[in-house]
Amino acid sequence: MLKPRVIPCLLLRGRGLYKTVKFGDPKYVGDPVNAVKIFNEKEVDELLLLDITATPEKREPNYELICDIAGECFMPLAYGGGVTSIAQIRRLHRMGVEKVSLNSSAFHDRRLLEESCDVFGSSSIVAAIDVKKTLFGKYEVWINSGKTNTKEDPIRYAEQLARLGVGEILVNSIDRDGTMAGYDNTLLKNITSAVDTPVIACGGAGTLDHLRDTIACTGVNAVAAGSMFVFHGKHKAVLINYPTPEQLEVLHLSHTTP
Amino acid sequence: MIGVVDYDTGNIGSVLNMLKKVGAQAIASRDPSELRKANKLVLPGVGAFDEAMRNLRSFGLYDVLNELVLEQRRPILGVCLGAQLMTKGSEEGDQPGFGWLNAHLVRFRAPEGMPSLRVPHMGWNVVNAEAEGGGIFRDVAQPMRFYFVHSYHMVTEEPGLELSSSHYGYRFTSAMARHNILSMQFHPEKSHKYGLQVYRNFVENFQSC
Repeated sequence: MLKPRVIPCLLLRGRGLYKTVKFGDPKYVGDPVNAVKIFNEKEVDELLLLDITATPEKREPNYELICDIAGECFMPLAYGGGVTSIAQIRRLHRMGVEKVSLNSSAFHDRRLLEESCDVFGSSSIVAAIDVKKTLFGKYEVWINSGKTNTKEDPIRYAEQLARLGVGEILVNSIDRDGTMAGYDNTLLKNITSAVDTPVIACGGAGTLDHLRDTIACTGVNAVAAGSMFVFHGKHKAVLINYPTPEQLEVLHLSHTTP
Repeated sequence: MIGVVDYDTGNIGSVLNMLKKVGAQAIASRDPSELRKANKLVLPGVGAFDEAMRNLRSFGLYDVLNELVLEQRRPILGVCLGAQLMTKGSEEGDQPGFGWLNAHLVRFRAPEGMPSLRVPHMGWNVVNAEAEGGGIFRDVAQPMRFYFVHSYHMVTEEPGLELSSSHYGYRFTSAMARHNILSMQFHPEKSHKYGLQVYRNFVENFQSC
């Protein structure tokens, strides 16, 4: 049977890789092309690359850099950040990006999302949802790299995205981002029980146990993590790492969904 | 020179990146005269079956590919949707495929009494070689693992056509081979060292099986 995928999530700011905490406080972690080369060696399942300043700066993806990264990426690559048109998605595909993730533009322009799925096939399109809790514990969808609150309910929104035909939904918890305290399993479970579309969990992973728990109890199809795969030790020294095949095997034994 | 068929429905970049990695000279083109110059071909593809066949026809590539593959017996590697187009057709659409391989495509369906399968079949899965395939799997690390993304899978009744099998809910044919034609449902260009070795074998050694 298929194993749930374990996906390093890398954040671009300008030409460098950074890691945030709760979408703020960016810390430089290195050169993206170099990091991808190391992840290649480690035979990671898939890579997720998000340009976190493209949308706030109202600019297009940095094609030159993405092309350099894709040229070294011999595993599936998903890219998100600043994508607002079919022509941009086509350009990214031609460079060797398999999947394009839409977040703010999907929220503003559902037609773009629907058309992208028709033109490129559902499995090439990911819709990303950034979620933050209010003081009263209510979940809300945020866009524009976590700068704008839409007040939308993430479950209702995920249902809409699923109906539009997206191949996967990336659910990122802003509150857990960079904390390494574990995924928001309640949020994830709420979404996987509302939609059949495969869900990728993101935000909060710090240990293999976190990955295992979320795989075992939420019904997600993939787990993504940033800090866990770029930091080492309690002082967060930068060290690109990834579970060994033996460690991944243990994760998968607990997987219960089909 | 490897010719990568560019018909606007492919993951051209990934294929070119991998060919470069194995040291092959490659071009992506939809110009028949360019493709005629290539001694081997790759037919990539991601997306919908009907649109892909329509694009191939509208770019004037249908007849050229038939000529190069059937008459001139140029080695060709079809990947994912490109592999599917080599069959007679798919449940997914109404357009006929090239029909080079005596097979068709059906959607993944859980056998009766089994829990439903999440479709597409997306992720890394084991590929078991079922035939020699002109040495295309030579020196690939075992067990072979490749990246898959597809909702429809190949079915063939023709003995000896199956090159590899995999399991998703049930056993299915994950690659086929006949003479100069290789058809792989998985993405060797996105499968690390496993895919690298397959492309190396295709570029350096594969002629026919």
